[in-house]
Amino acid sequence: MSDLWATVSAAIAQLLSGDAELWGIVGVSFSVSASALLIALLPALTMGFVLAYFRFPGRWLAISILNSLLAVPTVVVGLVLYMLLSRAGPLGDLNLLFTRPAMIIGQILLCFPLLVAMSLSAFQAADHRVLETAKTLGANPRQAFVTLLFEVRFALLAAVVTAFGRIIAEVGSAMMVGGNILHHTRNITTAIALETGKGEFVQGVALGIVLLLLALVLNVSLGWMQSHSRVLRHGT
Amino acid sequence: MNYLHLQLTRTILVMIWAFLSSMATADSIRFATTTSTYNSGLLDYLLLQYAHVSDTEVHVISVGTGKALKMGENGDVDLVMTHAPSAEAHFVDQGFGVEPQSVMYNDFILVGPNEDIANVRQAQTVIEGLSLIMASNQRFISRGDDSGTHKKELQLWQHLGALPAFDGYLESGRGMGHSLHMASEMNAYTITDRGTWLALKNKLALRLVLDSDPRLVNPYQVILVNPDLHPHANVDSARAFAQWMISSAGQEAIGDFRVNGEVLFVPSAQPTQ
Repeated sequence: MSDLWATVSAAIAQLLSGDAELWGIVGVSFSVSASALLIALLPALTMGFVLAYFRFPGRWLAISILNSLLAVPTVVVGLVLYMLLSRAGPLGDLNLLFTRPAMIIGQILLCFPLLVAMSLSAFQAADHRVLETAKTLGANPRQAFVTLLFEVRFALLAAVVTAFGRIIAEVGSAMMVGGNILHHTRNITTAIALETGKGEFVQGVALGIVLLLLALVLNVSLGWMQSHSRVLRHGT
Repeated sequence: MNYLHLQLTRTILVMIWAFLSSMATADSIRFATTTSTYNSGLLDYLLLQYAHVSDTEVHVISVGTGKALKMGENGDVDLVMTHAPSAEAHFVDQGFGVEPQSVMYNDFILVGPNEDIANVRQAQTVIEGLSLIMASNQRFISRGDDSGTHKKELQLWQHLGALPAFDGYLESGRGMGHSLHMASEMNAYTITDRGTWLALKNKLALRLVLDSDPRLVNPYQVILVNPDLHPHANVDSARAFAQWMISSAGQEAIGDFRVNGEVLFVPSAQPTQ
């Protein structure tokens, strides 16, 4: 037990001391996951919108496939991407294996279905009159879409937070296609896996604390915004 | 509005250009090597020294020997350093690798729980030690990951006839560090390279139970991927790094590397003429 406390306090000390390597690893995690999220966001929202508001043949099939993709393990995404990006694979000439872009692609694949599924249900839950009202008031399609986005902003924000949480915490794909190279592709989760292997629990715990704090901050601020908006709505 | 657009476009173009040029100028090589050399800290130490004499960034990917050689075969890395002589010979014979050079060696050892219930410490040879573990059905952690250590272990079991099939025989499927910790947590025996053992032993509830058998020598070789098969490979920089490792400077660095005051690897490059 005393060992456990010693490890945790050493970890906190390491975080506070501004250890460059540690914070560099945190930086890799953030830049990779934020890039993946930013790239996936708009296409995913558009797809969610199309699936929610348009009826076309194969729509239910698309939704079923999407929902199955939600359950794909990160290592499977990593494995498929590894085979595609390897020199021996069809995309080998891009020279992407063991680079950050490869990790970003993996995380895009992981968060895209989640973003589409959650935005789809957000759009479905929204009042359908929003679009019609906007159009009646003279909005062009783009303006109407933006109005709808604003109307469901909290549900979309929840989707973004959930997606970010999933990809920043995943280890399977990042380890396989990133290769865990120090200063380049070593992120929080692959570093924890490595440090545990070396028996260096302190750095692992320190990085774990960062992940936990991140989850806490994201969810608390989301909850605050949601409750805040409800107060506003009831007030008017 | 137009002016803003122009500014924005320009900024984005400049950013893309900066990104691309930063990628183009940094000379880097991909170096697949074993978890034993990485977990012990040797690689970090060598790369620090190499950074003084070269601008090439060495990107280390630490995996088992089997996977490292596979990466070399596919051209996903520029050079490998591994420790499985027969697999390496096959790799070179097949034309996947060129210019194999011996870099260093250490040895494998058997470690086990402090009580040493199987009495391996009384054994004269490693084969006898393994047979004692099997006969008393003690737990034995096998890497099970096609690494150099795993290949060596399987070779040793071959001397006892068939492959091990007693209840205590467990495959971890993980690197050397993980497997040692697992053995420590489960009161099990395992085989490890001495380097990783010395680097980790203070954190383990294990003791050395057998060493100094000629069968346990563990030589490391560095091999470049074949540039004829993979013209994209950064073979020039990879060769420069390999040459440095077998140069007197690199060999001295390997010999100087210590963990808790103990030498982990013995340099073994043939002096160049």
